[in-house]
Amino acid sequence: MGACHAVNLRLKINGIQHDIRSDPDTPLIYVLRDELKLKGTKLGCGLEQCGACAVLVDGKAVLSCVTPVEVFDGQEITTIEGISETEVGKRVQQAFIAQTAAQCGYCTSGLVVAATALLSKSPKPDEATTKAALTPHLCRCGSHPRVLRAIKEAIAE
Amino acid sequence: MSLGAYPLVSDWITMDGDRLLVHTGKVDIGQRISNALLRIVQEELAVPLSLVEIATVRTGTAPDEGITSGSNSIEQSGRAVASASATLRKYLLDAAMAQHGGDLSEWLLVDGYVERAGTNLRLALTDLARDLPSNLPVDPTLPRHVPESAPAPTMRGITEMVAGRFTYIHDLDLPGMWHARRVSPPHAKATLRDIDQTSFDRMKAKGLHIIRDGSFLAVAGPREWDVVKASTSLGFACSWDMGGGLPETDVFAQFTPDNAQRFPVISGTPQKAPVPDRLPTPDLSARFERPYQMHGALAPSAALAEWTDNRLFLKSHSQGIYPLREAIADSLGLLLEQVEITYVPGSGCYGHNGADDAAFEAALIAMAHPHTPILFKWSREDEHAWEPYAPAMAVQVDATLNNGHITALSAEAFSDTHRGRPRPGPNRAGPAKLLANRFRADALAPYVSPPNMGNHAGMHRNLDPIYDIAETRLVKNLVQGLPHRTSAMRCLGAVTNIFALESTMDEAAHSAGIDPISFRRAHLNDTRTIALLDALERRLSALPPLAEEMGRGIAYAQYKNVMTRVGLAVDLTVTDTAEVKLHRVTLVADAGRVIDPDGLTAQLEGGVMQAASWALCEEVTWDRDGITSRDWDSYPVIRFDNVPIIDTHLLGNTSDPSVGAGEASPGPTVAAIANAIRNCTGLRMQRMPFTADALRRAALEG
Repeated sequence: MGACHAVNLRLKINGIQHDIRSDPDTPLIYVLRDELKLKGTKLGCGLEQCGACAVLVDGKAVLSCVTPVEVFDGQEITTIEGISETEVGKRVQQAFIAQTAAQCGYCTSGLVVAATALLSKSPKPDEATTKAALTPHLCRCGSHPRVLRAIKEAIAE
Repeated sequence: MSLGAYPLVSDWITMDGDRLLVHTGKVDIGQRISNALLRIVQEELAVPLSLVEIATVRTGTAPDEGITSGSNSIEQSGRAVASASATLRKYLLDAAMAQHGGDLSEWLLVDGYVERAGTNLRLALTDLARDLPSNLPVDPTLPRHVPESAPAPTMRGITEMVAGRFTYIHDLDLPGMWHARRVSPPHAKATLRDIDQTSFDRMKAKGLHIIRDGSFLAVAGPREWDVVKASTSLGFACSWDMGGGLPETDVFAQFTPDNAQRFPVISGTPQKAPVPDRLPTPDLSARFERPYQMHGALAPSAALAEWTDNRLFLKSHSQGIYPLREAIADSLGLLLEQVEITYVPGSGCYGHNGADDAAFEAALIAMAHPHTPILFKWSREDEHAWEPYAPAMAVQVDATLNNGHITALSAEAFSDTHRGRPRPGPNRAGPAKLLANRFRADALAPYVSPPNMGNHAGMHRNLDPIYDIAETRLVKNLVQGLPHRTSAMRCLGAVTNIFALESTMDEAAHSAGIDPISFRRAHLNDTRTIALLDALERRLSALPPLAEEMGRGIAYAQYKNVMTRVGLAVDLTVTDTAEVKLHRVTLVADAGRVIDPDGLTAQLEGGVMQAASWALCEEVTWDRDGITSRDWDSYPVIRFDNVPIIDTHLLGNTSDPSVGAGEASPGPTVAAIANAIRNCTGLRMQRMPFTADALRRAALEG
């Protein structure tokens, strides 16, 4: 507890280099939300079970609520706030808006991140691949069918 | 209640700079009520959405509309805002005529202006509205003005949501703010005996603050992760008196007439009268059950509180800020005027979750540390283990068949209360329903609710079959003293009642050898319902024939027997490992005049998904040592690998009044899934959730 074991870390987040002094065991999400004030990444469980906290790390969707920040030292992180900087991310966001693929929206940033990672890796995934990529993510309002439609629309463009 | 208590136009619509500000006591909990209200104003006044905003919902300024629940918002707030807009419309036209002459037929409202046809006279609507007398009463008799077509409104907030810029209560961040977490007891019967002094001192040395009031324990400090860690380590430093542990009761065995307060239900209303005898020789007899289930909000409950100058400022995602204010003021010995609550969105809300409890707990912490804003959050475990659950429930149905017709039907519902919201009432009912008051030094005993005798309220919601049946016998059985705190969750008793009634209709159709849609039609007179079932039938016959391995189940219900009608078909398969896989849902709904078609469709679809999760996955579990379903692994819910295509069709005449729809689809969805499993496998599932284990057990029991 406290800052007694703090270490210096260098994180590249949304294209900007951040030199951070943090307890190495702090999960990444607390650094993003509380130190860097990037509140778009959501905490849903803190147990890597719900997907609300997904960020892109070197292009892959990674959950940020458990893994300590020191693991990300030197890596390139994109949060929901930076996702529109990527061509795929922007397309996914537009498709989510066009399909109204959210109700309360708390799961949305994790889903946009997951969809962006999926379409960056395989531009035309089949339905089963899409569903498998989203299965780590919970939505409790039941916007699932809309999210799947949005991803279909993002693929078609 | 909305217009009765708030009769003036200015209670609902005021000017804010150059915009119209719409006031409501109903809050957005993921169901888009604000979208619908804006749409109503936009249509009535022909005003662009850029000129209309929804006011912040805050005690003291917002109309007190009780609780955002029961699918009532469109009928209460919607109707009030519509009538206020119609009155404002008349006022604007009259004002234009008074200033510039002409008669009513010459003046039009166009795109934010009041225009005189055939001239270039154009007055800005917002300029005219500025002189609106604050004492102008709403005229509820004025006709509504609904344009033929208006552009579909974009959902408010979605642009911010996809960019991570939408602010939830969890995201609030004020200068000097502390974070706070609870240290929860192992279970509801436990009391805090002692805290290890060394841990206590160590935390203090690190700048953390421990708040204790009896067995209510919390930790606060400036850095969130430090507080999270401290709440865990402080938990290990506590010794608890276990109070005998949680009762390991088989709750379903408690659902007997001997354990119950019993009331016959006539036309949806419980009566203080003797319960009639059971049907002597029913042809069908079965009991349908639902375990305790949870709201399971995606974000754990949270609140922001500050105690400053003898006033408590709270931000909460409660569904009812006015009743909550009363309960909190009473709990803390404060005047109502000393407590102000502002609504700030949380994640999607499906009833009485931990929001109210969290707000009160934040207040307890804030009052121990004046002048410091406290952002208090429950953990995932707190939410899973401590939110008020939807009560377990059982419904016994007996039916007599004669010539392919149900001639007599008995339905007996059993459950604990669905009414645990902190509403004020006798014996300090409000405070007694706030969780922390059970644990404070000056503890209040758990609240025991009197039977809810309202029409289609509580467990007897939709117990009355919508069908024409010569003889019905309906009974409410309130069973109390069960292991868990329970309260309102989406649909209340309607889920289990519709599950039971529509499973029975299916079974009766089967034994009569009649297809399930025709069988239902033969028991109906209401032309709108028959038209809906016809539309469903047409939709289904347009689909390719059902694959051999697939099962189809039909169900129908009208929410509270007066609100939205929903008929649907579920197509599914059951895998070799007994997993239910959903393929397609064909849904037809009649909600009267539709204000926001996309919002309505989203609510119906969302209801299907949540009900599919209840039907297939969800069950609260516990043992002597506490709740064992404490996270998303031990309390599984539906995920993206089991999402059907949902094909939704809206009927509904513009001349029919708009009725609430947020809770219309879950009941029929659960029933249609059960009926589809029956169609696919021959198994009649009688207890939710229909997991692979449950299907295998049912197959073994034959």
